[in-house]
Amino acid sequence: MNSNDALLAYVLRLGDNALVLGQRMVELVAAYPELEEELANANFALDYIGQARMFYAYAGELEGKGRGEDDFAFLRDENEYRNVLLLEQPNGHFGDSIAKLVLFEAFYLQQLEALVHCTDKRVAEIAARAEKEIRYHLRHNTQWLIRLGDGTAESHGKAQQAVDNLWRFTGELFAADEVDNVFENEFDGPDLFRIREKWYATIAAVLDEATLTMPEDAWMASGGKAGQHSEHLGYMIAEMQYLQRVHPGANW
Amino acid sequence: MYTQGLDQKDKSAPQRDTLETPEQLEAFQARIDAEEKIEAKDWMPEAYRRTLVRQISQHAHSEIIGMQPEGNWLTRAPTLKRKAILLAKIQDEAGHGLYLYSAGETLGVSRDAMVGDLLTGKAKYSSIFNYPTLTWADIGAIGWLVDGAAIMNQIPLCRCSYGPYARAMVRICREESFHQRQGFDILRVLCEGTPEQKAMAQDALNRWWWPSLMMFGPNDADSKHSAQSMAWKIKRFSNDELRQKFVDVTVPQAEFLGLKVPDDDLVYDEKSGHYRFGEIDWQEFIEVIKGNGPCNRQRLGKRRKAHEDGEWVREAARAYAEKQAAKAAA
Repeated sequence: MNSNDALLAYVLRLGDNALVLGQRMVELVAAYPELEEELANANFALDYIGQARMFYAYAGELEGKGRGEDDFAFLRDENEYRNVLLLEQPNGHFGDSIAKLVLFEAFYLQQLEALVHCTDKRVAEIAARAEKEIRYHLRHNTQWLIRLGDGTAESHGKAQQAVDNLWRFTGELFAADEVDNVFENEFDGPDLFRIREKWYATIAAVLDEATLTMPEDAWMASGGKAGQHSEHLGYMIAEMQYLQRVHPGANW
Repeated sequence: MYTQGLDQKDKSAPQRDTLETPEQLEAFQARIDAEEKIEAKDWMPEAYRRTLVRQISQHAHSEIIGMQPEGNWLTRAPTLKRKAILLAKIQDEAGHGLYLYSAGETLGVSRDAMVGDLLTGKAKYSSIFNYPTLTWADIGAIGWLVDGAAIMNQIPLCRCSYGPYARAMVRICREESFHQRQGFDILRVLCEGTPEQKAMAQDALNRWWWPSLMMFGPNDADSKHSAQSMAWKIKRFSNDELRQKFVDVTVPQAEFLGLKVPDDDLVYDEKSGHYRFGEIDWQEFIEVIKGNGPCNRQRLGKRRKAHEDGEWVREAARAYAEKQAAKAAA
């Protein structure tokens, strides 16, 4: 894989992660347990959609075929999406959302911190902006995971179950493939092995404070980064793309 | 929006009213007449306080319930830009709900109590949100017509005699006018688009026009309870005056879009400079207020479910805060 192909693939993955997670968060609008959390969820989802737009716009320029942000979001099939499986998992209760966000954002923040120093100027610029947003999200969501874990017996049980259920999707975050390796070598990109160490330490500390048990590493699901998704993504994309698919070529 | 609350009769037992002396009431009215702002700690008649609690909480509830019909198209918004704009709008509405509940709290009612009244169905919210959003054009129609009607109602509220409410409204109006422009822009693009898109826009206008006119409340002749609100300068213009102003502003906008307002009696009266329009179906309005609109049960059901589903989360937050406080004290 040459460096240009790896750069495009890497940027699209970043965009897909942001959009798929943002879309899942959008599904929760008007269903949050407190008005303050309603605002936080909408605000965070807006950050993700904003990041997706920046990554897709750049992907369109790199590809040079005239595709824009909406072409990537609305006119690709699910096997063209390259998000990690963790993010496409359906929403459950509030504890599931919080656990998913903490597990992902503890990784994503490290990834962005590394990308700020990569040699591709545009990726570094977008990462610098996104890093500030995600640092705040992670702080907010971590506080919630601690509250739920160290709250009542019921909330502790729900938070533990959420972490246990989602754990099998965390391996994919760190499983470097050719895109990751070329991007790391050619653009001074993130070293996933080192990121995993830092992630592990962060998550261990959070779970400890939340009085939750870190699950044992066992079988890890993967495939999202290669376009092999769970059944859930197809429904999400079908709903999201509906208007663009029914009215081809229309302006909105 | 949402001043329909002023037209409901004050049903609370006026226990404390009997302690109010004519001198107090006269001095209060003199302050109102001098255009002074009434602040939270000032003396006020009990009926004034109750009217404001009812109106402000109804307004807050309308913001919160109003997130649902728009949220219905958030996952299906046709472009990422439209999705982001709609999400930002819905977030603004949650924010408006928050400041309005805070303004309500200055009158001595807790947010929990106000939300409790919404969930039991005791408190009302604007009738408009009991209509469904069936196509993407409805999101445009809500911005253009519903927020447009809301602005007509709300701009005078920026001069409302109760200071905390008036100040909250200044900020809300600024955001609402942005929302209205966004709604109009959605419809403009649809009207310039394919025949299917234009038909979608016309269908949305057909369904939202009359319910939007109903947002101003009953005709003045039937709106007996608003006289006191006018005297107290909570309300500045009558329902019919505001409705007329809305029609006068909106009809030319529909013409600009190339859409037909669904009213065969609509004519421009050169002499008065106003549009004359047909009779509103007041029976429909009454049914929607009574709970028989297309979405009343669905909207309240979703709000209740969110509240109930969140109970364990709120309990966890309380339990955690108590543990932390106990640790800090130890």
